[in-house]
Amino acid sequence: MRLSVNNLACERGERRIFEGVSFTLSAGEALVITGRNGAGKSSLLDILAGRLHPAGGAILLDEAGERTLAECLHYVGHRDALKAALTAEENLTFARDFLGNPALKPREALEAVGLAHAARLPVAYLSAGQRRRVALARLLVAHRPFWLLDEPTSALDTASQETLRLILERHRENGGMIAASTHSPLFLKDAKEIQLERTKIPPPSAGEG
Amino acid sequence: MLKSFNALLVRDLKLAARVGGSGVMGLIFFLMIVTLIPFALGPDLNLLSRIGPAILWIAALLATLIGLDRLFQADQEDGSLDLLRLSHTPMEIVVLAKVIAYWLVTGLPLALAAPFLGFLVALSPEAMLAMVATLLVGTPALTFIGAVGAALTSSLRRGGLILAILVLPFMIPTLIFGVSAANAAVGGTIPFATPFLVLVALSLIAAVVGTVGAAAALRSGE
Repeated sequence: MRLSVNNLACERGERRIFEGVSFTLSAGEALVITGRNGAGKSSLLDILAGRLHPAGGAILLDEAGERTLAECLHYVGHRDALKAALTAEENLTFARDFLGNPALKPREALEAVGLAHAARLPVAYLSAGQRRRVALARLLVAHRPFWLLDEPTSALDTASQETLRLILERHRENGGMIAASTHSPLFLKDAKEIQLERTKIPPPSAGEG
Repeated sequence: MLKSFNALLVRDLKLAARVGGSGVMGLIFFLMIVTLIPFALGPDLNLLSRIGPAILWIAALLATLIGLDRLFQADQEDGSLDLLRLSHTPMEIVVLAKVIAYWLVTGLPLALAAPFLGFLVALSPEAMLAMVATLLVGTPALTFIGAVGAALTSSLRRGGLILAILVLPFMIPTLIFGVSAANAAVGGTIPFATPFLVLVALSLIAAVVGTVGAAAALRSGE
């Protein structure tokens, strides 16, 4: 599987956020997206996830069979997509059944993120970091080759960040691909990195206005 | 695809049964409206039994509407909608599962509770039976029409009022044929089957148009 992104541009509310973003990702590779607040890191991930339409450029997916990009990816964003009234285990069971290609059992996935004791607790009772870990456990319950992570380490303590790093490295060893936006270093082995810069607004030319 | 459908249906039914779910709420609201009307009109049993079907239908319509704004909005807010978009399951199936779950916890209880509430408005036994039948086949139309509005307003913070304004006009045909079928059962010039079958047809049309429409609205929304 191979993802190539060519000259991607993004506009939000008629303002150009970034343009000319190009990269390729093959099996086992990771991409770390950095940039200032508002530089368009989340927007880039949203475009890859199919939530936003790019203002220009192309996204190509090769060697993926008949699957579309959306069917190949996991997306963990700022909103953790968990139902507060359901338990952690129920949330994961739903994700596993709904997404298809089941991998680990919900219990095992919770164990992998160190939350086995919270399986039967409603998500509403969990802390921000614990919710984030339940959301990350979703990566493990259904097999998807391409993981999109929007600041995956936010709200995580140091130990959990290390757990996450190991999970990500294992996913890469199994031929998975990762694109993550982040402010704090993820310590991934030879990850590609792109830094997003806000497009300069051209100064108004004289004689206009 | 069937597995995804079932997973979503079960999840929504569970959510409705938990604290803060809309399951019982609609039913209680239905009871409140039907209870209030005799207080407003006075104890005129003839009048009440004549307009009873209309009262029950209006109450059922409002009870359907009351939780509808949360149908997709709740998923939009916590990010679940993004998860639902990432499936190989088409959005139409997602909408169908959510609407059916919603109908099972609001529409179906309303129809089953209609005979008991019929006592409050002095309905005859035949009329009660007719109420159950018309609500059973009519409330799906209300839910499916409402789903389009719910999908369109899912990203608005206070979409409830806009939703009501958007969808109420489209619910008028269902209301007309629902009430006229219930009235036809207790007498009148038209046979029961005529308006009843139109009501069935309205539900079937709404099921198709509502599913496709709501899915399109969810897809185009950011």
